[in-house]
Amino acid sequence: MDMFTLFAVKLIQVLIIAQVMLLTVSYLVYFERKISAWAQSRVGPNRVGPAGLLQPFADVLKLLLKEDIMPEKANKLVHIIAPIIALFVAFTTYAVIPIGPDITLFGLNIPLSVAPEIDMGILYVLALTSIGVYAITFSGWSSGSKYSLLGGIRSSAQMISYEISMGFAIAGVLLMAGSTLPTKIVELQSGWMWNAIVQPIGFIVFVVSAFAETNRLPFDLPEAEPELVGGFHTEYSSMKFAGFFLAEYANMIIASALIVTLYLGGWQIPYIETLGWAPEIVIPLQIGAFAFKLGALLFFFIWVRWSLPRFRYDQLMDLGWKVMFPLSLINIVWVAAIIMIFGIK
Amino acid sequence: MLENYIPIFIVFTFAMVFALLTVFSSEIIGPKRPSKEKLSPYESGMKPIGTAEERVSIKYYLVAMLFIIFDLEVIFIYPWAVKFKELYHGSAVTPAIGLPVFVSMLIFLVVFELGFLYAYKKGAFRWD
Repeated sequence: MDMFTLFAVKLIQVLIIAQVMLLTVSYLVYFERKISAWAQSRVGPNRVGPAGLLQPFADVLKLLLKEDIMPEKANKLVHIIAPIIALFVAFTTYAVIPIGPDITLFGLNIPLSVAPEIDMGILYVLALTSIGVYAITFSGWSSGSKYSLLGGIRSSAQMISYEISMGFAIAGVLLMAGSTLPTKIVELQSGWMWNAIVQPIGFIVFVVSAFAETNRLPFDLPEAEPELVGGFHTEYSSMKFAGFFLAEYANMIIASALIVTLYLGGWQIPYIETLGWAPEIVIPLQIGAFAFKLGALLFFFIWVRWSLPRFRYDQLMDLGWKVMFPLSLINIVWVAAIIMIFGIK
Repeated sequence: MLENYIPIFIVFTFAMVFALLTVFSSEIIGPKRPSKEKLSPYESGMKPIGTAEERVSIKYYLVAMLFIIFDLEVIFIYPWAVKFKELYHGSAVTPAIGLPVFVSMLIFLVVFELGFLYAYKKGAFRWD
């Protein structure tokens, strides 16, 4: 593939995935409201369009037409930079996640991942999510409001605490795969060799850390409505607020996609290759399998929100440092022992 | 090699343009009717008391320091994790080393865990 074709193919791919992502984010908000309503015996949004299906567009339009308030106590530059960082991180992380096997289109071999060949692979995701902490710290500090400051500091402390257990849990996945490339990690989980089954401890640690990293309930202390109003985005309005909101839901999708890729076999359907079906049938099914696993995890995220109470701050930090962190170390020894005992190559 | 990073460049450009458009769109489209009350820091409808430039509990600083120490250790483990199977079983370019690969990391983890226990005993993880 020459340089120009590569550029064109990747540009189209990025545009398609970004559109799908934006659409998923808007409808994730809609489904969250519908499922929340269902969990509390309410009706939920049902006015705009059939069954409220056009609600996300109405929300965006409303936020777009609102006044953009810059609080007088705010540090203006940092106040504007914070939502930009949050959005930037949320809409770049998907680049390394494979959503299907390689396909052949118009005689070109196209991998269904935007950047399948970069050497750092999964480290790219870790690097970007670390930058995401700055968005929250900046927004909390620059707003000039006490609620924002407390929310921002709490949130950054929580995120960096859980990033450690997350990093150690990923080390277990790297042990099994022997590579940092997500495509390789998915390939090696063929059959039922899913990492969730091989290393259940690592899986649990990663899922809990993912909840903490995305600031979702039961770990949504940075926003804890009853005590901190809106947390770090108390002083944000109109599209800057929408930026944080979009980033939060996009991060939820990225976290689910990561869990699917690293632990639930990615786009693989166990033993589908033994059926001997044509690739024209198998590949759409595999992409569908990825979408199904992703959807199930997103439902799980919302389900947990309405099932578990919020943690107290010291309990949250205790869980991170005294439970998840030692567990993730045990996981590394566990995976190495499994590789040695069963001679996995 | 470097052409592998072309997609990343496209993704970064697209994300940056999208982020800038989103953040500045309402500043251009939305109305501008500022008033003194609207611009004052939110404090549940009360007149703001004091400033938000408060001192922050030292515990957060401690968390940040612990994060730097422990997160560095993760980076030490990654290269070992990636090469573990190859070194243990041996490959075309490396001979099989076997158990020492595992034991050496076990020693590292024990030393690492001692550091964690020291911080624990010193009360670094007491949050109240």
